[in-house]
Amino acid sequence: MDTTLLFIQILNGVQLGLLLFLVASGLTLVFGILDFVNLAHGSIYMLGAFICASLTFLVGNFLIAVLLAVPITGVIGYLIERVLIRQLYARSHLDHVLATFGLILVIDTTVQIIWGPAGISVPLPDWLNGQTELFAGVVVPTFRLIIIAAGLAVAAGLFWLVNYTRLGMLIRAGASNSTMVSALGVDIKTLFSLVFALGAMLAGLAGMLISPITEASINMGGEVIITAFVVIIIGGIGSMKGAFVAAILVGLIDTLGRSFLDDVFALFMSQNAAETAAPAISAMLIYILMAVILALRPQGLFPPKVR
Amino acid sequence: MKKILSAALVATMLTTPAAWARDVKIGFVTTLTTGAAVIGNDIKKAVDLAMEHIGGKMAGLNVQLIYADDGFKPETGKQATDKLVKQDNVDFVAGYVWSHVLLASRKSVLDAGKFLISANAGPSPIAGKLCNRNFFSTSWQNDQTPMAMGEVLNQKGVKSLYIIAPNYAAGKNMVAGVERTFKGKILGKDMTTWPTQLDFSAELAKAKASGAEALFIFYPGKAGGAFIKQYQQAGMKDVMPLYTVFTVDALSLPKLQKAGFTDILGSQFTQEWDPSLDNAQNKRFVADFKAKYGSYPSFYAAQAYDAIFLIKSAVEAVNGNLDDIDGMRAAMKSASFPSVRGKFTYGNNHFPIQNFYLREVVKDADGNWTTKVVKTVYENNQDPYASQCPLK
Repeated sequence: MDTTLLFIQILNGVQLGLLLFLVASGLTLVFGILDFVNLAHGSIYMLGAFICASLTFLVGNFLIAVLLAVPITGVIGYLIERVLIRQLYARSHLDHVLATFGLILVIDTTVQIIWGPAGISVPLPDWLNGQTELFAGVVVPTFRLIIIAAGLAVAAGLFWLVNYTRLGMLIRAGASNSTMVSALGVDIKTLFSLVFALGAMLAGLAGMLISPITEASINMGGEVIITAFVVIIIGGIGSMKGAFVAAILVGLIDTLGRSFLDDVFALFMSQNAAETAAPAISAMLIYILMAVILALRPQGLFPPKVR
Repeated sequence: MKKILSAALVATMLTTPAAWARDVKIGFVTTLTTGAAVIGNDIKKAVDLAMEHIGGKMAGLNVQLIYADDGFKPETGKQATDKLVKQDNVDFVAGYVWSHVLLASRKSVLDAGKFLISANAGPSPIAGKLCNRNFFSTSWQNDQTPMAMGEVLNQKGVKSLYIIAPNYAAGKNMVAGVERTFKGKILGKDMTTWPTQLDFSAELAKAKASGAEALFIFYPGKAGGAFIKQYQQAGMKDVMPLYTVFTVDALSLPKLQKAGFTDILGSQFTQEWDPSLDNAQNKRFVADFKAKYGSYPSFYAAQAYDAIFLIKSAVEAVNGNLDDIDGMRAAMKSASFPSVRGKFTYGNNHFPIQNFYLREVVKDADGNWTTKVVKTVYENNQDPYASQCPLK
């Protein structure tokens, strides 16, 4: 009984972790390669969710809507980079923060004007709305499994892209010395635009995958971006592997904390005190982890080799 | 020449007081930004409708409404309240969706000797030790609605319960309320981070594993819709029926209907008001609200509509003499205004002593999802904190 629950909670934790990875990977890609702090990453996540929600009602199928919405989000990311972000690479990180904070306000308000403040519930096809019995006693919502599968597929795809393709090679080269890459005749500006668009697609995909569970809503970006920053700080800023490990770690710690901390606390304090303390502490756990990492290993768990 | 003019001016002031009468100034604090703006917007619609119904006047005075946004945050709500009290010098401050915002803002209003009217939030301290003669509620004390739900669970013979609620002032009151009346066993309880946590996979898995007969939740706003979807996706309807307070409302139902979450049809919850309540004020409110905005009003809207009529009854009782604070307080205390919930009285702490109904989600004649009253759970129920309030 208890092991069944533990297994389900670990699955839940992995699923949360993979969603975080989708957001954090784009953030760490842009920070690591473009050396650009993008606070508005969460707004692109939200934009992806809203575009997908509208398309779901338009084409009548969530999966087709996702396939259409991902490239649209990529194009939006590409345009944002060309029009705004490109002007800011030479500036300081503080200017990045200021400009992208402004971008958050612009995107949030635009979304509110277009879709209204109410948020959109995204319907799933029936076969995704049900449950799957993995083995005896372990029944999980099918859509959560889809999220896990999609997250793992994207992680594998990114790993292949960065390590085994010509584009990935250029990305890695651009990260260590962009002037040299550009001197060798590579169009570094287009490369940067593509990386930014890729980050936008990843964030958008995360937003699309979460919206059938919660909904597409105005504040969803702000809610995820802080956790995504925690993830890349723990994992090592700029490291894809770090983002993956840290995202799974954060997902597991958060979920298992929420599930079992009150039982653990009840072992050495009164039931009442445990019930009060556990939610407060479990909400803090990932930040405690981040503080410990910053104190003991400020470069993060897997800092990128170059920089 | 100057002297004559001034004399004339003074003379006019003395002879025609009506021409110099001031406006009734009402500050209305609600949530107009963030995703929770959908609640604030519904409230604003109801207040605008109430203003239309009273012709923008109370006792012949013009009514000046000033909306303020709390941004879903206690600190922003307090700032907005301070501005209304100090800069706009309003006579009444009304509104407040959220308990933590109301708790942060109450002092600014009450210390300035103004009237504070909560049209939704009802945190326990304000009903008990922190009660104040200038505070009035047109809603309920937080514990009352879940207490009625606990009673419903007893009547249904539910023996064991699992509770999930957000970890803030109102969430704690809701849990305390259902625990106070529910006679069966509580097999587990989760308090989640508010308002950021919207993924309840871990809590739902725990609830399912607990083997409880029923699940009780409190999730206002968008978290409610999210919870219901995940509850359906987890396939728990047949295993563990869902009982809610302030989670299913006229704001979430159209969205859930559009997305086809049929598990919510037939779900039951308790409330002090329902669009189908049979009284003249409610019929006019619901009919005109639907005609004007094309949707059912939420309970937030109903309570805000009541707040304007409560203020009107006070201003009329003193014939527009807004300096007669004692007179206005006595008038409000008598609860003699027409309320959309029907006749009720005020307790010593100025919270309503009122009926609570069991409501059920149904389809109306046009196929839209709405609610109807199943039965009356409590008649003239007073909140449990009234005895801690020193007011008479």
